[in-house]
Amino acid sequence: MRRVRAPFLPALVLLVALVAAIPIVTNNPSLREELFLVFMLVTLASSINIIMGYTGYVSFGHIVFFGIGGYIAFWLMQTFGTHFLVAAVAGAVPAALIAVLIGIPILRLRGAYFALATIGINEAMKAFVTNFEPFGGAVGMFFNFSIYSTYGGARDAAQLAYYTMTAIAIGTIAASYAVKRSKFGLALMAIREDQDVAMVVGIDPARAKVIAYVISAFFPALAGAAFFFKNGIIEPAHAFDLLRSIESLVMVVLGGIGTVAGPIVGATVYEWLRGFLITNPTFANFQLAIAGLLLLVTVLFVTAGLVGWLRNRFPALQAYIQ
Amino acid sequence: MSLDALIPSAIDGLMLGFVYGLAAMGLTLIFGVMKVINLAHGPVIALGMFTVLVLSQTFGVNPYLGLVAALGIGLALGVVIYFVAVDRVINAPELTTLLATFSVNLMIIGIGTVIFTTSPRAVDIDLGAVRGSGITILGTHVVSVVIAIVVAAALYAFLFRTRLGKSIRAVANNRAAAELMGIDSRRMLALSFGIGTALAMTSGGLLSTLFSFTILSGATYEVKSFVIVVLGGLGNPTGALVGGIVLGLLEGVTTVFIPVSWVPVLEYVIFVLILLVRPSGLLGSRA
Repeated sequence: MRRVRAPFLPALVLLVALVAAIPIVTNNPSLREELFLVFMLVTLASSINIIMGYTGYVSFGHIVFFGIGGYIAFWLMQTFGTHFLVAAVAGAVPAALIAVLIGIPILRLRGAYFALATIGINEAMKAFVTNFEPFGGAVGMFFNFSIYSTYGGARDAAQLAYYTMTAIAIGTIAASYAVKRSKFGLALMAIREDQDVAMVVGIDPARAKVIAYVISAFFPALAGAAFFFKNGIIEPAHAFDLLRSIESLVMVVLGGIGTVAGPIVGATVYEWLRGFLITNPTFANFQLAIAGLLLLVTVLFVTAGLVGWLRNRFPALQAYIQ
Repeated sequence: MSLDALIPSAIDGLMLGFVYGLAAMGLTLIFGVMKVINLAHGPVIALGMFTVLVLSQTFGVNPYLGLVAALGIGLALGVVIYFVAVDRVINAPELTTLLATFSVNLMIIGIGTVIFTTSPRAVDIDLGAVRGSGITILGTHVVSVVIAIVVAAALYAFLFRTRLGKSIRAVANNRAAAELMGIDSRRMLALSFGIGTALAMTSGGLLSTLFSFTILSGATYEVKSFVIVVLGGLGNPTGALVGGIVLGLLEGVTTVFIPVSWVPVLEYVIFVLILLVRPSGLLGSRA
């Protein structure tokens, strides 16, 4: 263990906050929209990294928590006119509780079985919500515009959603860092390397895994609430989109699995790349195919991801980039 | 609920189950041999659909002859996918192979969307129908069941009666030991991926004679295949066929009792429960 630690977390949080301030200072709504999405992806990727990168459990259907949080918060706001911030928390807490309930049985599964189970849970939840009339069934729900008047109109509401998403992203990054540097994080990484050995040295894997799963479920639920609040519409296919789930895994791997900075870098690069491909006339049609090709190259040749590669290439950086 | 409605939908579901089972056999074969969950399974099923469509619409080939082409193309495509995406990471943790096969999924869907767009298509085929007392069985369904059974039987003959098939089973059983016996495990893995892909494309071809489809339709059948494979036990081809029939029957019968839209909820709940209670599948031994 190094004794001298670079102030990694404060530097990272400051960087995120500074970037977040750019569209506000320059009054650039389109950049704000882009960053809103990037911060959401950072939240999703960093959360998945806690259960997947640190603990070694590939939560394929992780988007289920994004959907649950989004749906509960949306329902509260639409039906009772609950304030957005209250609704977001009120959506995330049940999502975390659901993570406890499903985490206890499914975290006993290992490897591919766990990955399949999380897909099954996401699809089951999507199919259930599609039939659940209080949540609008297959059509979903949409806001009456008057809801935004509480927040001073749609523009201010979008602004509020942006600040909230920034705060959620920063919170996720801080949690990710705190977990990684703690004794609890060491326990998770021991489980990742060898669960049986971890048990022998006195770790309770079942407990540690469920806690990690709950932490990684809480933040996506908050992000879901903020995303659909700003969106004004929520529907099952959009809330429980397995593709978005897989995309966040891709971001983690692209940036560097198991590192704090990796998911942030991965989410930013992925979103930037997608924006570039979609708007570029030559590539627009082939953006999916190109994304696939890049993913394959990363998986086959840059297994450590961008951050991991940097850390391995320049060992001096290891003190500065977590 | 009257028996009149139950029997026809049970028969319908049963027949569809054979086609589902065929697709799932492809997925489970690949998992059984190399412990890879093939996330390119759905797009490959869709490619089978479009192979039959293009051959019959552009070249006037009979859809069932088109199936033979789908089988052949599938075999070759599977071997290519194996060497491009899987071979290098065959011993890596499951996340790596999941993402590697998912990248193939993205590429197929990406290119397929450009070529075929996402508008719905259908293969024009009518083989008449057999009508009994209140029961109508479409000719296309009967032929599909027969073909599914023939292909499944051929797979069994191959795996159990030929030297090559036995080599594949040896590699599935214990790769290191198989290599010590002089089996080129890499070739067997590539061949298994080819066969798995060929099965998926064939079943896609059969599905194209039954329903309309788009390039994205494979995703639905991919998830169904997951459910079936887990029902039958991951890596167990017999289980996959049985699982397919069970799922088909379940879909057919439950629609009589509950609204169609609730059927997926039931399917996925069963899926997760089986994973939790009997991960080895309904047919598997209690491990």
